[in-house]
Amino acid sequence: MADVAKVNPTTPAGRHINERPLRKFLFGNRAALGSLAVFVAMLLLFFVANPRVFSTWGLYAAVLTTLPVALFMTAPLVFVVTSGEIDLSFPAMMGLASLAFAVVVQAGYDPFVAIAAALGVGALVGFGVGALVVYGGLSSLVATLGMNFMLRGVILILTNSKSIAVPQLSDSLAFQITSTEVWGIPVQILWAAAFVIFCALLYNRHRFGAQVHVVGDNPDSANEMGINVNRTRVKVFAFMGVGAALAGVFSTMINFTWWPTSGDGYLLPVIASVFVGGTPPWGGIGTVIGGAIGALTVSFIQTGVVGAGLSGFYVQFFYGLIIILSLLGHRFNQTRYR
Amino acid sequence: MAERIIELKNITKSFGSVYALGGVSLHVDPGEVVGLIGDNGAGKSTLIKILAGVIKPTSGEIFVNGEVVNNWSPARSRAAGIETVFQDRALAVQQSIVRNIFMGRELAGRFGWLDLNKQVSEAERLMREIGFTSKVFSPNSIVGQLSGGERQGVAIARAILKQANLIVLDEPTTALSLTETAKVFHFVRQVRASGRSIVFIGHNIHHVYDIAERFVVIDRGRVAMEKRKSEIGSAQELIEYMEEVARPEQAKLEELV
Repeated sequence: MADVAKVNPTTPAGRHINERPLRKFLFGNRAALGSLAVFVAMLLLFFVANPRVFSTWGLYAAVLTTLPVALFMTAPLVFVVTSGEIDLSFPAMMGLASLAFAVVVQAGYDPFVAIAAALGVGALVGFGVGALVVYGGLSSLVATLGMNFMLRGVILILTNSKSIAVPQLSDSLAFQITSTEVWGIPVQILWAAAFVIFCALLYNRHRFGAQVHVVGDNPDSANEMGINVNRTRVKVFAFMGVGAALAGVFSTMINFTWWPTSGDGYLLPVIASVFVGGTPPWGGIGTVIGGAIGALTVSFIQTGVVGAGLSGFYVQFFYGLIIILSLLGHRFNQTRYR
Repeated sequence: MAERIIELKNITKSFGSVYALGGVSLHVDPGEVVGLIGDNGAGKSTLIKILAGVIKPTSGEIFVNGEVVNNWSPARSRAAGIETVFQDRALAVQQSIVRNIFMGRELAGRFGWLDLNKQVSEAERLMREIGFTSKVFSPNSIVGQLSGGERQGVAIARAILKQANLIVLDEPTTALSLTETAKVFHFVRQVRASGRSIVFIGHNIHHVYDIAERFVVIDRGRVAMEKRKSEIGSAQELIEYMEEVARPEQAKLEELV
């Protein structure tokens, strides 16, 4: 018995070494913490380059106004990537869902009705894309690329490529609670943060999240254990549609205008955010919080580079630099188990 | 007599023009250990995958507790109290032990939120029950960090999570060390002692002979022999029979040459 006690690496509380709270936290969140380190290092670099500009709150407030749109899509995309798929059609989903939002608002309905319409359209389009990929047995990379073009085409055909102004939003209750400022903080970021936390819980502490992990890790095993692999994958795409719809609603709220290009600019930054955040591309594991930090990093690059006094021509270079450095960092921070 | 736990009748399965199974019938009674043996490619794994609902048979009927079932699937198989430890163990290696044990059977509340603490304590209990404990790993350890025997332990723990009526073990001792193999046999005896049924698939006839009470020999997609232990004298006799089953083909080949 004495021997057993000697080799038993438990804490005085009798916990296994892997169950010690700090160790568990560090190991369970190593990818997210890695992304946080990248973000902090980048911020420090910018701060050193131009302390005056980076001490003003206005700069951060500007980022916090536009960041939410990316967050609403980054978090669901982590689910998609974890399930072993990819979605390149979310920009068009965002465009289509926010088109529904703008049309319903313009028709004189309450913006809350319009939000419901946008969510409905987003979920439906996401479901459609998912069903096509899963039941059509298509590569999600190629099929969603095609769907992005096709859905954007549908948007252009439906609207004759004309934008929709919705100034009436400014005095609606929906606008008051989603898009104003509280003590200098844009309210959007609070909604986005709430959404990210909800997604993180769904990802780690919900049956859906658990099944998404398993399906992405080993779909054959998941099937053998009675999980409906196809249905799980379709749900993931539908969830992506819901996130894209929320992004579209918030983006339209900020601008009081819906543009036919709505969503287009988010394709690459959002995908980059997921990977910069520490979700590996092979499926099975990932991190929602890391993805959110990745989105923060990516959306800060442009502001940061210009704020640091460099010309705008440096922005793309820094995008690439941060993405590559993050990938290298995660590469050494995570082992891939097979 | 109690109803048969499961009965497969005249199961055929063809992959394209290749017949993996050409009319196989197999049943399991409550509390018995069935040894399923046969050469490589005989169709054993295909048969148990049909039993587990993973592969749909081309034709044939499946009865559970005497009643015919339609749309047999992995979920239905598990719901009927049939747990399978697959040859490849069917684990998600990037996930924790807990997540693997509760794969497809998560402990969750009404809205699907997981009861993580209960899952961990249940996993610990199961691992203790099958003598599968270690100072090196905890329920939250990643399966990819475990050895082959430890992974088999996870797969077995998953199979006994619910009170299954029938546990199917497909080559459970392949690539295991002697002590790990002994653990698996200990587990099989435990399950038998608790009155549950087992289908044990193995290459090592001595192993299967020790454990099983009834033997089903599959050869090239058909049942070549079905006998109780009392009808067979020894493991040697079983081996001789297996060799005889394999011989005709060899003889034909020799004729051709």
